[in-house]
Amino acid sequence: MSAHDPDPGPTPFASPRAAFREGVRVALGAPAVVLFAGMVGFGALSQSVGMSFWSSVASSALIYALPGQIVMAEMFAVGASGLLVSLAAALTAARFLPMMLTVIPQIPAEHRTGRLFLMAHLVAMTSWAIAVRSFPRLAPQDRQPYFFGFGLVCWAVCTPGTALGYLMAGHVPGPLTLALVFLNPLFFLLSFTEVRPTGFRLAIVAGAVLGPLSYLVSPSYSLIVSGLIGGSLAYAVQRLRQRTTIQDPS
Amino acid sequence: MTELWLVIAAALGTYAWRALGVVFSGRVRTDSEFFQWISCVTYAMVAGLVFRIVMLPVGLLAQIPLWARLLCLAVALVIMVWPYRPFRGLFPGLIAGSSLMTVMGWYYL
Repeated sequence: MSAHDPDPGPTPFASPRAAFREGVRVALGAPAVVLFAGMVGFGALSQSVGMSFWSSVASSALIYALPGQIVMAEMFAVGASGLLVSLAAALTAARFLPMMLTVIPQIPAEHRTGRLFLMAHLVAMTSWAIAVRSFPRLAPQDRQPYFFGFGLVCWAVCTPGTALGYLMAGHVPGPLTLALVFLNPLFFLLSFTEVRPTGFRLAIVAGAVLGPLSYLVSPSYSLIVSGLIGGSLAYAVQRLRQRTTIQDPS
Repeated sequence: MTELWLVIAAALGTYAWRALGVVFSGRVRTDSEFFQWISCVTYAMVAGLVFRIVMLPVGLLAQIPLWARLLCLAVALVIMVWPYRPFRGLFPGLIAGSSLMTVMGWYYL
């Protein structure tokens, strides 16, 4: 919220518990609403393609990655079966590897215990967006408890959201379901406007162009290709820009 | 029953990427060039996924024409960055965009 001042370090919370509570508070706004809506939409989708209630709910709790879950539901819809379905869903989760690499290094070494493997399951697009936005503004020792605060809230709303969507499917007017489904991408697009560093902004633009284009060529590898090419391009441009500004004598 | 097993298999596959991230993150320093690069890659990936969902959607969103989807997006974006109170910010943007999308749904579904 405030202008970022990198030098005087952020004031730490009174206790890890206070940082945790702040994380819960942040998640209980737009993030929880958007995730809940997205999961209601997924619940309705999974019902309409004939998935069982328990598979639908289990996928939200255990996979906890909406794009992968939607891929699964769609493959069930066209009658695909077998491990190919699981494989396709898991392939869309490749983004979690770089996402973890941008989040975990910001956690101080003394907090990098086995707990990280618990934290890992709570990293999804929404919680990642909150983490990269708020970590630089937090004292390092507050980051993990803060993450658990909002990560647990984001995860906890998904299962009831899916169950509700599944049970209400067919009773909710189409336009409303449409709005629920649209909220998710809309939330991320709006959040992108808050990203400040130029290199990251370039990366977002490059990804926005390459994402749909690469999907036309190969849906399965679209994410990896658009990320690697778009991200590297943005990084290179940013490096060149930095070099020219340093050489500038003014 | 097999369906549930497939969900569990997908969950394991998904978690494997997360766990791999934890394992590899041990040697990454936030002040390194690698960290800057991998951050750019991640932003590009997430933006690519989100724009793909809007430009080439599957399911319900696909029944709405592209111009209508982009219009909903543009209206929400303008409200998000609108410099004057009180109609600006994340919540007003989300509400405006999804309300407009509901209207589009009424017309096109």
